[in-house]
Amino acid sequence: MHLILFIIFAGFCLAGAINLLLQTHPINSALSLIVVMTSLAVLYLLLGAEFLAAAQIIVYSGAIMVLFTFVVMLLNAGREERTLGSRAALSVGFPSVVAILAVLSTIIIRAQGLGVARLGEGLTNDPEKSNMFQVSRVLFHELLLPFEVTSILILIAILGAVAIASPGHGYTGDDGERISHK
Amino acid sequence: MSPFAQEVPLSWYLLLSSVLFSLGVVGFLIKRNLITVFMSIELMLNAVNLSFVTFAHEWHAVKGQIFVFFVMMVAAAEAAVGLAIIIAVFRARATLSVDRINLMKL
Repeated sequence: MHLILFIIFAGFCLAGAINLLLQTHPINSALSLIVVMTSLAVLYLLLGAEFLAAAQIIVYSGAIMVLFTFVVMLLNAGREERTLGSRAALSVGFPSVVAILAVLSTIIIRAQGLGVARLGEGLTNDPEKSNMFQVSRVLFHELLLPFEVTSILILIAILGAVAIASPGHGYTGDDGERISHK
Repeated sequence: MSPFAQEVPLSWYLLLSSVLFSLGVVGFLIKRNLITVFMSIELMLNAVNLSFVTFAHEWHAVKGQIFVFFVMMVAAAEAAVGLAIIIAVFRARATLSVDRINLMKL
């Protein structure tokens, strides 16, 4: 059962990622990225990380991808024209990707003592042992300060996003004329 | 291995993670739209998150999952700021093609 679930959702992941590369319209790429992130949430669930599965769906395939599709629609981004890219990407980039993938998979396949993931392992009704309990105990005791700091980080990011994207800073095209406030 | 096997080797998850990461790098190289380049970066982040969760499962260390949580928070902040920058660039250049955006100056 675990194997079937893994194969189905790993296949969704890979298909979504490949579709992201093949589609030329950004909105199609965004939708396939949503497929990738949602299947990753199922894989997290298979690995016994319930909290992260929920957070992945809410934060990634919810909030972040809504932001992406919103920007794609706001900017009315059309079909991209394919060019070959830079020479550096062709000569250095793709061989390095192949090299990275080869090295990583060799190390992973050769790795000794990696365990197995069992279906339902760690899923329990016992509140003292559940994943959520363990995560929140570490998060709110040991790592409380970093957790609070991330809220400040997000606040600063919101302010920065508003400041950067607000009209009035932009110049139109080549003549450098300032966009008027409306 | 029977298709109804109850267990999957963790190395498969790690292999999936490395393949997803490589696909993200390829997308970063071949995509010509600023937004899809940014999406490829998100794909790479997700691939790394998967290997974090896998190793957290391997060593029964819940801190690996918390690391993923922090990565998500930082990714949310990064997406907000990055998309704001994309809007600013589009307003200045009226294009999203990375081939035509060759100056940092707005």
